[in-house]
Amino acid sequence: MTPIGLDDIEALAVGAWILGTGGGGSPHHALLCLRRIFTKSATIELIDPSVLDDDDLVAVVSYMGAPLVIQERLVDSAQVARAVTLMQEHLGRHFRAVMALEIGGGNGMLPMLAAAQLGIPVVDADAMGRAYPEAQMTSFAVGDLRPAPLTTVDPRGIEVIVSNVPTWKWMERASRKVCVEYGSIAATCKAPRTGAEVKRWGIPGTTSKAIRLGRAVVEANRHHRDPIEAILTSEHGKWLFAGKIVEVERRTTAGFLRGKAVVEVAADEHIVLDFQNEWTVIWRDGKPIASTPDLICVLNSDSGEAIGTEVIRYGQRVTAIALPSPDVFLTQQGLENVGPRAFGYDFDFRSVFVS
Amino acid sequence: MKRIGIDVGGTNTDAVLISGYDVLASVKAPTSENVTGGILAALSALRREVDVGDDVEAVLIGTTHFINAVVQRRSLAKVGAIRIAAPATTELPPLCDWPTDLGRIIDGGSWIVEGGFDYDGRRFMPLDRAAIRKACRDIRNNGLAHVAITGMFSPLNAEDEQIAAGIVLEECPHASITCSHELGGIGLLERENAAILNACLVHFAQETIEAFGRAVASAGIDAPLFITQNDGTAVTADQAAARPVYSFVSGPTNSMRGAAFLSGLDDAIVIDVGGTTSDFGNLISGFPRTANDVVHVGGVRTLFRMPDLVSIGLGGGSVINPDTCAIGPTSVGFRLVEKALVFGGNTLTASDIAVAARLANMGERAKVAHLPARLVDGVLARARTTIEDYVDRTTTQAGDVTLLAVGGGSFFVPEKLAGVSRVVRVEHGDCANAIGAAIAQIAGEVDQVFQGLTRPEAIAQARELAEQRAITAGADAKTLSLVEAEDIPIAYLPGNALRVKVKVVGEIANLQRGVRTDAGQVPSVYA
Repeated sequence: MTPIGLDDIEALAVGAWILGTGGGGSPHHALLCLRRIFTKSATIELIDPSVLDDDDLVAVVSYMGAPLVIQERLVDSAQVARAVTLMQEHLGRHFRAVMALEIGGGNGMLPMLAAAQLGIPVVDADAMGRAYPEAQMTSFAVGDLRPAPLTTVDPRGIEVIVSNVPTWKWMERASRKVCVEYGSIAATCKAPRTGAEVKRWGIPGTTSKAIRLGRAVVEANRHHRDPIEAILTSEHGKWLFAGKIVEVERRTTAGFLRGKAVVEVAADEHIVLDFQNEWTVIWRDGKPIASTPDLICVLNSDSGEAIGTEVIRYGQRVTAIALPSPDVFLTQQGLENVGPRAFGYDFDFRSVFVS
Repeated sequence: MKRIGIDVGGTNTDAVLISGYDVLASVKAPTSENVTGGILAALSALRREVDVGDDVEAVLIGTTHFINAVVQRRSLAKVGAIRIAAPATTELPPLCDWPTDLGRIIDGGSWIVEGGFDYDGRRFMPLDRAAIRKACRDIRNNGLAHVAITGMFSPLNAEDEQIAAGIVLEECPHASITCSHELGGIGLLERENAAILNACLVHFAQETIEAFGRAVASAGIDAPLFITQNDGTAVTADQAAARPVYSFVSGPTNSMRGAAFLSGLDDAIVIDVGGTTSDFGNLISGFPRTANDVVHVGGVRTLFRMPDLVSIGLGGGSVINPDTCAIGPTSVGFRLVEKALVFGGNTLTASDIAVAARLANMGERAKVAHLPARLVDGVLARARTTIEDYVDRTTTQAGDVTLLAVGGGSFFVPEKLAGVSRVVRVEHGDCANAIGAAIAQIAGEVDQVFQGLTRPEAIAQARELAEQRAITAGADAKTLSLVEAEDIPIAYLPGNALRVKVKVVGEIANLQRGVRTDAGQVPSVYA
């Protein structure tokens, strides 16, 4: 059991944004909430999944919806906590702990908010190891775990429970409808997981990984060392290329932000980065050189901070690196859910970490 | 048509007189403690240079006074903040992300009431007018004179902010009111911060701008006063006094606009080399490219139109390290004339290197004759690679760019640079900021989410709205032109949601007559 301090939270915000692989929404508001919580007395504890009993129950929290709407509605820890207590009421059971659905972006910070409100620990694990756009793109879906129930909460006192669905795809469809009615944002508690399920299918150590990553960047900047080198060393990442953004194309299709960014890496040498909310594929001379589920992180070349697909723009100096995918997504089922074909590409995954 | 442009900086007050497209005179005077003195001194100097005449049509002033007030935490008033967004947002109340010292100075209390809208224009909650009225009574009892009002998604629907402003006006008739929708786009905290910053400066801005008016009048100039904005456009003195945050960085912006005017170029990278820093900016269609990211002002996170400038510690007064050839970032600043070697001082500055290399002529060259060629060449090489690097960072297109070099230290910019097709220098370049003020136009802007429209329809609708806003602000409808259009699809939202940003500009309505009679010459600013 590790106590979490404000230093860890500040580092988590930087690290979660990097693991967002271009999406996941900014951790800024969650960070502000946590700074305020820490000015009062707050105790947040991080526990390893291995300490869970098999029949413990773990809450999985996330905000679902449009990052743009969060910019106006702001993050609210009481709402996140309410999604969890609503689930407890629905189940008639109490949660032993809370965990993140996705460690990438603002959602990676949410378990900390719920934990501070509810006085239960945070499990050092998530179900993506990064950010992904859809409900079935999780390790729990790869494990074919039950997708329901799910609770959704709106600050006006609207609460909707999706009590049962046959598949993860149906969960995505049903909950997305509710979310749009709320105003395209909902605090949610996903299908509860048993301790056994978290130990078997959760991606362990991702919260401490995000904290470690963020700390590497913060420390490197503080001591005027290269933050990108620090990330690569800390997480066994692979440097892919550095260059300047010379073209950005965005469009919304079926509710997602899709597009590409072109990076000039040398005179007349261009690399194309595709995205669907998050970075999906890197192309060089028409051939894919990196793709999901490897984590593609596009960073500010100077500061090492992540650059989101919503804000990337002409002229930025960027460095792209890859971090290893969680093992669960390298299986046949894993690749079916989050490999290049799951994003509509007609090629098979080849990891940059396999020579 | 004659106009006077004035730049009130921290050190110098510059003034220029232009007629049509000719710069008749440009002068510098020291800025005074009370702004009036510096402006009077500059205008007197201008009169000594040239016959100003009695046909000046407008005086346009750019100033960094308001941003300096925030940075230095002085002349700021307490603000009452009303937010219309409950029951959402209550965990992050107004001022929650401000630096403690600044927050303490201006915190007059905050009230979060029910109301506001959603991204699609639907109502979030019914507006709680009674709660606003109650907040007003508290505001009155607390003796507050400035109120900032921020409603959820107000850039898309300003109705609740307007109703709240009406109530404040009834209950606190003497209070100044700043509504957030007039200042910023999507991002409640950042827009609210801009509104509160604005509200705390209104009193100081009114006093300062009135002082500007008195100074101009007592210099015997009878012409309307305009204040220039962050984006290089101008508004009437009254409007500017109500929105000081829009004048925060008019100095560097005016410099870029002045450079564009003097050179006749619309698209270029501009480098303004001063005494302490060099500012790099990207001139697009005669205007500085604006940042679409969050900007911090005096430690406060805000989001409104600001030019995208990069400032580095390279200037005429930069201190040189003789061992490493490193330049700056420390500078001797206005003490150059006592500290630099060429002036008999004992600090090696960038200007000494320039004199030794015969790039500049000041002080006594004999005093730098001993500098080894290795050092002089080393520093110049360092300056060259630094400038090349930042030009490349600033540019947004592939291919070589035109570089416009202005400012007192522009002799540092070499004639040939990697990535630069040509370096352009202009006469009066050291007063480019005052010239930029003199030529300012009126703008109208829109930043809004459109749904259920095709992309061309959304852009056309945004443009029409922007044109209406420009005309309301005092632009001549016949001279309006589009200078910026950007659209960003929004993830997750249904109905082809598109965020469209559009900006149009035009000439000041009662001034543009006669402009185009000028011998068929159509300079960049009117193109």
